[in-house]
Amino acid sequence: MTIATETKNDALRPPSSEDVITVSKMNKWYGNFHVLKDIDLTVRKGERIVICGPSGSGKSTLIRTLNRLEVYQQGEITVNGIHLGDDVKNIEAVRRDVCMVFQHFNLFPHMTVLENLTLAPIWVRKMPKKEANDLAMHYLERVRIAEQAHKFPGQLSGGQQQRVAIARSLCMQPKIMLFDEPTSALDPEMVKEVLDVMVELAKEGMTMLCVTHEMGFAKEVADRVIFMDAGQIIEMAEPQAFFDNPQNERTKLFLSQILSH
Amino acid sequence: MSENAKLPPLPTGTVTGRAVTWAKKNLFDGWFNTLLTIGSIAFLAWLIPPIIEWAIINATLEPSIEACSEVTGACWGFVNANLRLILFGTYPYDEQWRPLLAMIILIGIICASLGGVKYPSVRKWIIPMWVIGVPVIAFLMWGGFLGLTYVQNSYWGGLPLTLILSSIGIVFAFPFGLLLALGRQSNMPALKTLSVVYIEVIRGVPLITVLFMASVMFPLFLPDGVTIDKLLRAQIGIIMFTAAYLAEVFRGGLQAVPRGQFEAGESLALPYWKSMRLIILPQALRLVIPPTVNSFISMFKDTTLVVIIGLFDFLGTVKLALRSDPAWTKYYVEGYAFAAAIFFLICFSMAKYSAYLEKELRKGERR
Repeated sequence: MTIATETKNDALRPPSSEDVITVSKMNKWYGNFHVLKDIDLTVRKGERIVICGPSGSGKSTLIRTLNRLEVYQQGEITVNGIHLGDDVKNIEAVRRDVCMVFQHFNLFPHMTVLENLTLAPIWVRKMPKKEANDLAMHYLERVRIAEQAHKFPGQLSGGQQQRVAIARSLCMQPKIMLFDEPTSALDPEMVKEVLDVMVELAKEGMTMLCVTHEMGFAKEVADRVIFMDAGQIIEMAEPQAFFDNPQNERTKLFLSQILSH
Repeated sequence: MSENAKLPPLPTGTVTGRAVTWAKKNLFDGWFNTLLTIGSIAFLAWLIPPIIEWAIINATLEPSIEACSEVTGACWGFVNANLRLILFGTYPYDEQWRPLLAMIILIGIICASLGGVKYPSVRKWIIPMWVIGVPVIAFLMWGGFLGLTYVQNSYWGGLPLTLILSSIGIVFAFPFGLLLALGRQSNMPALKTLSVVYIEVIRGVPLITVLFMASVMFPLFLPDGVTIDKLLRAQIGIIMFTAAYLAEVFRGGLQAVPRGQFEAGESLALPYWKSMRLIILPQALRLVIPPTVNSFISMFKDTTLVVIIGLFDFLGTVKLALRSDPAWTKYYVEGYAFAAAIFFLICFSMAKYSAYLEKELRKGERR
């Protein structure tokens, strides 16, 4: 074992044995279109999962069912021991612990960066304004953007906006974070600043589910990589096994396509 | 940069020199613009002097029919002589200080609210101002205790009536329209259908019909002995009508807010109403300021239609004054010109305020 792998193992705490997300036999349709087919997935606390697959494979839809941005028609989803169904109380309880970072950031354009961050702590967590501001500044420093606190989102670059979006999620002090193609809408030179923040989060033991095609990120931090196609989980493996020795033909084809350049 | 280089150097020298340069560049560049400029000047030269001559030079302010028959210009004496009838309608003559005071208070509150909304120190007083102001206005208008004689609201009229109908109309139609717009977007089929049917039915009929229904048909459905005041019925009719139009304006704004904004609110666990109030509506309403004010302006002018159910709004009292003495009847141009001027003043102020509001809100985001 080389020193390099040892440091990596040191930095990346192994996930605990506690399950925080359980998805069983979950199916979803858009009208007649079967988007998600018999999804079974268990995520342990502190686990980092990367989900990849061709566009239209249902990977974004899958993580969007986990905070109920999408409904499902069959099966069960349990998050943090809360059953995620039609019950509004349950949905809100789950959303307080599960935050999402979107491809297009979805910052609130009419509020300053600081107001974007303090909104949920103040209105959902009922935190006093002063405390919420301190919390927001703390996370803005974490994503290295504190000096922009009083600007409006429209005045920031894409990479900065995405880091603000991550800080906004962190202000909810979530137990689980969902990333829906967080770097796909960014100019290439801004991808790294966002990935760096995500790697730091991963190393701190945040439970993360990340839809991305950044395979370097997957190799560096993922505990498991999931490959989806046509609404199904085709392959699920540790990164090393996934990249070096994919089992399924479709996985092999996909990897050859995205790793070829 | 290259475009800037092509621009002529900034004109220097005397004011006249600059004016000539400006005129050459803007009014006389090319034969077509020169022709238009000369044509416009000729048209204005033909139009304006006679108007000034009629309205000012040859006009009289003297409130007597004799003085009016001696001049060739406008007889502002008609307005002068009937001012109190035009302003306050049939409100008891000796008590007309009450609607005057009520009107001043109402205009004061409106101006303070609109102008003070951007200053937090004034903003917190806006709601208390209305909560205190409206009962004071109602007390002044109705009276009935503390030494003020009771004045039935069928005697109310003129400018105070127009202002009360339209400001209360706006204050209530706005939230009602908003609820209708949200209802139309709702996932609940019953609520959605109800909103759609309401909006389409009300939009599909003229305001006159709504007012007639409110005044003639509606009482037929009430049990015996129950009567609802005519003014109140007209007010409700105006609110219902304006709300349907506003609902569609607001729906346009809601549709223009990206789906991602709703999702961001949801993913932060914000409940529906908080998400609406804090995230969606501030963006949606900002987008629809021009059409919203458009609706308000047209509603303000539509309040003149209450005359058909026997209420004398500001335009109605002008007609009343014209009929008050057959000798005045021929001065209807002056009467309507006066009414038009007041209406224009108010509508133009609304338009200007809307432009100001848009600019203020933009300033915030680009700071």
